[in-house]
Amino acid sequence: MTQAQSETMGANLKTPPLSVSPDNHPHMGAESRRRSTIAAMTSIFGRELRAYFYTPLAYVFISVFLLALGAFTFEIGRFFDANRADLSIFFLFHPWLYLVFLPAVSMRLWAEEIRAGTLELLLTLPAPVWSLVVGKFLAGWAVAGAALLLTTPMWITVNYLGSPDNAAIALAYLMSFLMAGGYVAMSTALSALAGNQVVAFVLAVTTGFVFTAMGLPLVASGVAELFGPTAAETTRLFSFLTHFEAAQRGVLELRALLFYVGVIVLWLGLNTLWVSRRRAN
Amino acid sequence: MDLLKVDRLVKRFGAGANLKHAVRGVSFTVPRGEVLAFLGPNGAGKSTTMRMVTGYLEPDSGDALIAGASITQERRDAQLSLGYLAEGAPLYGDLTARAFLIFLAGAHGLTKSQTRWALDRVIQDARIDKVIDRPIETLSKGYKRRVGLAGALIHDPPVLVLDEPTDGLDPNQKQAVRQLIARMSEDKAILISTHQLDEVSAMCHRAVVIDGGSIVADGAPAELIRQSGADTLEGAFQTLTREEIIS
Repeated sequence: MTQAQSETMGANLKTPPLSVSPDNHPHMGAESRRRSTIAAMTSIFGRELRAYFYTPLAYVFISVFLLALGAFTFEIGRFFDANRADLSIFFLFHPWLYLVFLPAVSMRLWAEEIRAGTLELLLTLPAPVWSLVVGKFLAGWAVAGAALLLTTPMWITVNYLGSPDNAAIALAYLMSFLMAGGYVAMSTALSALAGNQVVAFVLAVTTGFVFTAMGLPLVASGVAELFGPTAAETTRLFSFLTHFEAAQRGVLELRALLFYVGVIVLWLGLNTLWVSRRRAN
Repeated sequence: MDLLKVDRLVKRFGAGANLKHAVRGVSFTVPRGEVLAFLGPNGAGKSTTMRMVTGYLEPDSGDALIAGASITQERRDAQLSLGYLAEGAPLYGDLTARAFLIFLAGAHGLTKSQTRWALDRVIQDARIDKVIDRPIETLSKGYKRRVGLAGALIHDPPVLVLDEPTDGLDPNQKQAVRQLIARMSEDKAILISTHQLDEVSAMCHRAVVIDGGSIVADGAPAELIRQSGADTLEGAFQTLTREEIIS
């Protein structure tokens, strides 16, 4: 570098005053606090979505998910042999596929930040931790939503083959999307707790399996034998599977809606807590 | 006016027999217009102190005021006034330098037009125009450091905390960063951690030496040399920190 270059380096451009210049920002007002929170959330959401589609991760996930869902629906579920113009067989496999695929999508969300040291960057942004958590969750959920959206040719196919109850199918899609949100929220939180992608994946699949299998009749009867029918019914109420059954039949249950929203909020809360706790250590 | 006021910060890690006092009641101030060097051997508590000042770590006790806002009570206000270059400059390798800076601008709540101006400013300040559209993971260590520095400056904060800002830079780049820091110091308070003592005399008005989690010296570089009885700042550093180790 020449002396002349050195001298020109850092020559200030005439810039408009930013909101954070030394003289005009001692404290954020409520409105600027709200705007800044939303800005941080959308920035994190955009950054994560970009990270998914910059690497092959989202493409591989969506492709394998679609292949697996097709294989389960047509080979194991014998979709055509059922000879019914509905998608109940197709939706039957959603919880079990989410159980494996959504932890794979979400395991990197916090664990990678911790590994790469970029958590330090995030936690020194002027944003509440929950906004970072929600931004990351929404990005993972958006990938799940994209995968679900790409299954709509199945919906078109059953309309071509017969006259399905489209309102029931739309409801099942909505509940499946909400259920996916529950798995993503859980997996993202466990990514923050574990701090390691592999451990996060194993933890999320195991936890997801417990909260899915709790709705199986086999598990319910086992719990009933050991602890009585009230315990069995209580256990069933905490299962992803239980609350998806009614939606598969085209029935909208308020408690199912509340369950999935509650699961998402609960895991987002735990996620915020676990990320915040890293500040103390 | 003290833009940065560090008040009796304490941090302990571990528990029981593994309890380690990383920082023991560190206090200092940095007024507007001053560049303060934060010196100390590895493991002395420099990075832990900086992490508490920036809100990345919660102090066990004590506080830091950034432009008047408490990092423990008004963290967001404090962090809005702060630009931080972390040790090793952690960055998102998959993003281009431009996308990374836009991400940071957005996360700091800058509008689109403010972001455009801020980008032009920091690209020129950090001299990263040649690599601005390249993925960060393909950049040299020096350029990564400069992108990190640009990120710390994107919202034009009044307080800068820079952990080894010239680490990985070649001599020309180091000189350029020193000039940039000198220019910025006119209206900012700047805290710099460095192991390169020649930089301290070149660009810092004052130096604080920390060892074993406590401050062992605080003064202008020339004053530290005089107090320690050494001939150079390096000698003063060795004297000050060696004495602590022995005691």
